Amino acid sequence: MDLTLSPDEEAFRDELRAWLRDNHPGREPAGDEAGFEFRRHWQRKLNQAGWAGVSWPTEYGGRGATLIEQAIFNEETVRARTPQTANVLGLAMGGPTVIAHGTEEQRRRYLPPILSAEEIWCQGFSEPESGSDLASLKTRATRHGDEFVVTGQKVWTTFAHHAKWCMLVARTDPDAPKHKGLTYFLMDMEQEAVQIRPLRQITGEAEFNELFIEEARIPRENIVGGEGNGWAVAITTLMHERSTLAFGLQVAVKIALDQLIEQSQHTRANDGQFASQDPLVRQRLAQLLIESEVMRLNAYRGLSAIMRSGVPGPEGSLGKWHWAEVNQSLTELAMDVAGPRAMTVESEWTYRFLRARANSIEGGTTEILKNIVAERVLGLPRMR
Amino acid sequence: MNFDFTDDQEAIKRTAHDFLAARYRSETIRALAQDERGFTEPQWHELVQLGWPGMIVPEPHDGLGLGAVELVVIAEEMGYALAPSPLHSNTCAALLLIAAGTEDQRRRWLEPLARGELRGTLAVWDEQAGWAPDRSEAEPTGRALTATKIAVPDAASADFLIVAGADGRHYLLETRDPSVQIVAESPLDPTRKLFTVHLAAAPVEPLADRPERVAQAYATIVTALAAENVGVAQRAMEMAVEYAKDRKQFDRPIGAYQAVSHRCAQMLLEVESARSLSYWAAWALDHEPDSALRAASMAKAYAGDAGFRVTASSLQVHGGIGFTWEHDLHFFLKRATANAHAFGDSRWHRDRVADLTGV
Repeated sequence: MDLTLSPDEEAFRDELRAWLRDNHPGREPAGDEAGFEFRRHWQRKLNQAGWAGVSWPTEYGGRGATLIEQAIFNEETVRARTPQTANVLGLAMGGPTVIAHGTEEQRRRYLPPILSAEEIWCQGFSEPESGSDLASLKTRATRHGDEFVVTGQKVWTTFAHHAKWCMLVARTDPDAPKHKGLTYFLMDMEQEAVQIRPLRQITGEAEFNELFIEEARIPRENIVGGEGNGWAVAITTLMHERSTLAFGLQVAVKIALDQLIEQSQHTRANDGQFASQDPLVRQRLAQLLIESEVMRLNAYRGLSAIMRSGVPGPEGSLGKWHWAEVNQSLTELAMDVAGPRAMTVESEWTYRFLRARANSIEGGTTEILKNIVAERVLGLPRMR
Repeated sequence: MNFDFTDDQEAIKRTAHDFLAARYRSETIRALAQDERGFTEPQWHELVQLGWPGMIVPEPHDGLGLGAVELVVIAEEMGYALAPSPLHSNTCAALLLIAAGTEDQRRRWLEPLARGELRGTLAVWDEQAGWAPDRSEAEPTGRALTATKIAVPDAASADFLIVAGADGRHYLLETRDPSVQIVAESPLDPTRKLFTVHLAAAPVEPLADRPERVAQAYATIVTALAAENVGVAQRAMEMAVEYAKDRKQFDRPIGAYQAVSHRCAQMLLEVESARSLSYWAAWALDHEPDSALRAASMAKAYAGDAGFRVTASSLQVHGGIGFTWEHDLHFFLKRATANAHAFGDSRWHRDRVADLTGV
C-alpha cells in the first residue's frame, strides 16, 4: 500500500500543472455557440500537447499513460478549473468503446478526430419507452444490402446538435431475446433523416435533446463489436461512463464543498452566529467532508483493482451512485445555509440544487445501479 | 498510488483469517460470552505465540515492530471472526506506553506486555463522564489517585491499568494493589468484558507529558476500532446475502425483491467505504502523520455509523430469526454498536473533523 504518488506520477502531475498554468484559456464565454467553439479550441490545444487521450494507446494519438495518470489528469483539470472539453462523450465513452470492441480500421478512422474534436460524439441509448429497461429499446435497424435503415426515437441525447457521430444501439433482430437482438452502430448525424429537438429541463436550460430518426442510413462497416452483440458493447460504454468520469466528479464535489464551507462561515444564521457555528450544519459539513474523502479513496481503490484485473468491473456502479447521493445532500445543505435566499433563483446554489436532482437518474438510475451491485457483485438472484 | 497490500501484509491477513476462523467458531464465542473473563489462558497463549500482543511494539522493546496498516489488518479479521479477546485492550495499553512511557516504564511494562507475560488495559471514562473521551478530572494527590473509571475493558484480567487523567495526562497502576477494586459491569457486547474500577488512593506512576504523541496513540486506537467494525460489518453483510439467497417467501428467494437486495447493496457501499477510510487512516498514521488525526476521526465516525447500520440492516433481512438469541447476528450488532460508542462516538469525531478542517 502506498497512497502517495510514485516519482513518475509526481513528475506527470508537475508537468501537467505547469502546462495548465501556462495554457489555461480563462473563462468560458456566454452563449451556446461561443461556449462550444471555446471548448473545441481548448480541446485542440490539449490534443496538440498530447493531453487529450491520456490513457489511450500512443498508436491512435493517445499518451499511453496509466489509469492512475488518467485519474490525476481528471483531478488536476477540475482543480485548475479548466473548461470542459468539447467532445466529452467521445473521449470518456466512445473512444474507449472503439478501443475495446472496434476493428483496427475503425480505431484508425474514428479515434484521431475524437481527440482533435473535429468530430463530436453523442449517445443514442435511452428511448421514451426504454429508460432503465434499456434492452427493451425499439429503434429498428433493417438491413438493405450493405447498409442498415434505421427508424425510431432516442431521448436525453447530450450534444446532439454538435455531433457528427451517434453511439446508437438499435434492434436488428426482433425475434431474438431482447438482450440478444441489439447492435451497436456509429450513426452519421449529418443526414436529413435525423431530426433534433431540444428538451428543456427543470433548470430552464436545454442540455439534452430528443432524436427523431426516420429511415436513416448506416453503412454496415459502422457496426461496432459485431451484429447482435450490441448489449455487451453498450455495457462497455456505460462502465466507462461510470468509472472514468468518477475522478473529475469527486474533485468537483470537493471544490463545491470548500465553497459551501466558506459561504457558511460568512452567512448569518441565528442570533448573530454564522451558519458554520450551528451544530447541525457543522455535523452535516463534516459528514460531507468524510463522504467526499470516501469518494476519492473508493475511486483509487477501484483503480488499483482495475490495474490488477485489466477491466472496469460492476463496482464502478458504487461510485456513480455514491456521487449522486453526496452531490444531492451537498446542494440540499447549501439551500439550508442560504436560508431565505433559497427562495430565489439568484444564487448559484439554487441552480446546482435543481441540477443535482438529475444526478441519481442520468447515467443509470440509483435503483438500476443498486440492481447491478446486488446481482453482479453480491450474486443475489435476479429480480426477473 | 496503490491500495494493494504488500505480500507480507497479505500473508498476515490470510494467516489471521484462517487461524481465527478455525479457533473462534460459534460455540466457542457463545461459551466465552458466558465466561467472566471472556477468554481462556490457552487462547491467549496462542495469540502470544503469533506475536500479536507485541505487533506494534518496536523491535528493541521485544515487539514485532509492525505498523498501523498491519494492526488494521488484524483488527479487521478479529472483528470478522468476532473473536473475544483482551488483545485490543493490550494494544491500547501498548500504544500509550510507546507514546508516553519513559524508558524505564517501557522496560518494566511494555516489554513484558509485548512478550505476553503481562496484560494491560486503558481506563478512559470518569464515572460522571460526558461524551468526550478526552475529558477527565482524575488527578492524583502526590502519587495517590482516587477516582472511579467506568467501561474499562478487560480490567479483571489485566496486570496493570493506564488511567486517563486531567489535562491529558496518563497514569499507570497495578491492579493487584488492595486500593484497586474491580467490579464487573453487564456489557452490551458480551464478547468484550467491561468493568468499573474504583481507585482509593491507589499508588500511580505518571507517564510522560507528550500530548502530540498521545493524540497519535488515540488516533491509532480509533483506527483499529474502525477496522474492527469493518470486519464485523463485512461478516453481517455476508450473512444477510447468504440468507437472502436461501430464504424463500412467496415462492422466490427474498433476495430477488428489491426491498431486500437494495438493502444489501447499501451494505456493500458502506462496508467498502468504511474499509477505504480505515486503510487510509492506518497508512497516514504510518506515513503521513500530518493528516493522520483527521483521517482517523473520519474513519471512526464513518465506521461507527456503518457498523451499526449494516448489522441492523442485516437483522432486518433475517426477519424474526435475526431477533433470536439462538442466531449469532445479535453479537455482531452489539459489538458494532459498542465500538461506535467507544473512544468518541460518530458525532464527536465529526466535530473533530470539522475542527481539524478549519470549518
